Amino acid sequence: MSPPEEPIIACEDVHKWYGQFHALRGISLSVQRGEVVVIFGPSGSGKSTFIRTLNRLEEHQRGRIVVDGIELTNDIRNIEAVRREIGMVFQSFNLFPHLTVLQNIVLAPVWVRRWKRQQAAQSAMQLLERVGIPEQAHKFPGQLSGGQQQRVAIARALAMQPKVMLFDEPTSALDPEMIKEVLDVMIELAKSGMTILAVTHEMTFARSVANRMLFFDGGVIVEQGTPDQIFNHPQHDRTKLFLSQILKH
Amino acid sequence: MTHVESLPPPRTGIGPIGWLRQNLFSTWYNALLTIIATLVIGVVLLSIIEWAVGSARWGAISTNMTLFMLGQYPREQVWRVWAVIYLLALLLGLSWGVWQTAVRGFALIAVGASLVFALSVVNSSVWPIWIGVAFAIGLGYLGGRHVPGMRRVAVVGGVLSFPIGLLLISGLTRLNFLPQVPSNLWGGLLLTLVLTVVGNLVSLPLGILLALGRRSRLPVIHYFCVGYIELIRGVPLITILYMAANMLPFFLPETVRPELVVRAMIGLILFEAAYQAENVRGGLQAIPRGQYEAAYALGLNPILTTLFIILPQALRLVIPALLNSFVSLFKDTSLVAIVGLFDLLRIGRSVLAQSDWLGTHREVFAFAFLVYWGINLALTYGGRRLERALGIGQR
Ligand SMILES: Nc1ncnc2c1ncn2[C@@H]1O[C@H](COP(=O)(O)OP(=O)(O)OP(=O)(O)O)[C@@H](O)[C@H]1O
Ligand SMILES: [Mg+2]
Repeated sequence: MSPPEEPIIACEDVHKWYGQFHALRGISLSVQRGEVVVIFGPSGSGKSTFIRTLNRLEEHQRGRIVVDGIELTNDIRNIEAVRREIGMVFQSFNLFPHLTVLQNIVLAPVWVRRWKRQQAAQSAMQLLERVGIPEQAHKFPGQLSGGQQQRVAIARALAMQPKVMLFDEPTSALDPEMIKEVLDVMIELAKSGMTILAVTHEMTFARSVANRMLFFDGGVIVEQGTPDQIFNHPQHDRTKLFLSQILKH
Repeated sequence: MTHVESLPPPRTGIGPIGWLRQNLFSTWYNALLTIIATLVIGVVLLSIIEWAVGSARWGAISTNMTLFMLGQYPREQVWRVWAVIYLLALLLGLSWGVWQTAVRGFALIAVGASLVFALSVVNSSVWPIWIGVAFAIGLGYLGGRHVPGMRRVAVVGGVLSFPIGLLLISGLTRLNFLPQVPSNLWGGLLLTLVLTVVGNLVSLPLGILLALGRRSRLPVIHYFCVGYIELIRGVPLITILYMAANMLPFFLPETVRPELVVRAMIGLILFEAAYQAENVRGGLQAIPRGQYEAAYALGLNPILTTLFIILPQALRLVIPALLNSFVSLFKDTSLVAIVGLFDLLRIGRSVLAQSDWLGTHREVFAFAFLVYWGINLALTYGGRRLERALGIGQR
């Protein structure tokens, strides 16, 4: 076995307030390279808030967050360096509607990574093959189905060659028949060795590829463990109750 | 199950008589209204036509046409204005060839207009020049359509055409073949259009900066922009023109003494920028937060995000409002007469003072009316075609 590596994400006692509201109440977590972590929990428990602090879409007010050796502080250069290493996929896709699919994907590699346009376009086409929609390259996002849009969003994030991918409920805005096409892409990505943190209630994803599951409630990690531990031997009553609610249907 | 026969759809076409009956004569009071309105419109139109083809002294316009168009611009330098018109015609044709439907409205209007102008001056030596303008547009179209790489030429040409045009019109003291024409000689429609084009071109980027500044988190920038916008919007344009014309020199170093046209232009720009800023702000507010988040998550910095993600969407949303402001400024330029410039309308009043044409008020103002209205009609129509073309396939 190789010696234990430096974690790619290390959080120590992270706190976040929205005004008076204490949304994150001391989150500590370290994630190894290649790990797939699923975050789940009731609405309002701070799941989105937490993964958004990892690329500074939300600012934390106490504690430390270190990503790939770079600590997130108010220094904008650190923030932009971390954002280059982390890809993010949103619930509502957030594609750029005025740009074609291909332009959506090459924009950041060209302007942030300073790649040649042709090279960026080539690798964008490879990514579109990988997510299964190369024929949509020259359409506008508004002309695609939800599932196709979300796959474009995944390709757009991957185009920056990130070391970590964050997903915030990537399938919950989708019709049931489109959920699978997005999950398949995510599962393939997980199997390829990408480090993933995903907020999701898709338990098929958790069962098939997650190394670890975190149960969030009230701004803290109530319980964590492997999918087997969480599904078959949950320790806390709140975890049991929540699982029984979401697994019923 | 019983078989239900497919029926033809109910007839909707009602023909012109049916339309009249349904819309204009549906009830006795509607019919009465229609008859009265027709009578009033008929009487007014008849008397206008009677005057226009009978007693009107159109000589006031035709003998002074060059004055109306150019003011005191030296007659031996008029070729420079033609050069600008030809440059713009070529570019318009080129853009038409490259962008097709988006520009077609403007291009067709311009072709039509130059042919009408040629017809209306058919007994002077100028008409072949107008025919040439129509040809230049056509030539540009063929070039844009069939020569590869013309898109870039059209963009670069479009950007350069304004400084080049302005240079051609104003000239340079140092160049023999392009002697300077002092701006106090510019007048008529030429002055009106220069003020409109330069005013709009400078005030839009300024307005964009003000709108962005208004959303800045830095208090100094934010309050400066808010203060500026609200100050300007609280004052009539005339006030600002007076101040620009008379007080601007006090704020500038002794060596900088801009000509009156430039001072008036600055006044117009300062005024218009505040309104364009509010138009742009409307567009910025309509962009959802997710667009910023997606851009930041990709590592784009705020400048790149604004430039590539936010502004293109925001501006597209407010194109109608921007075009509206363009047209407003065009009409507002007539106020520069108050500080002593000879725009189209002011030239009209000077014609009325010529001893040959005393009392030709109706002719002069009808002409000015038609020029303003015609240009605005063309802008509005072309702009609407552009809007429709830009709306396709997005959002
Ligand atoms: N911008 C904000 N301002 C104020 N309060 C906020 C803001 N964003 C989130 N909150 C609050 O913080 C808490 C955690 O929100 P968060 O979005 O992280 O929950 P979540 O676990 O992702 O829930 P969901 O499953 O509904 O997405 C909620 O109570 C929410 O109301
Ligand atoms: Mg959430």
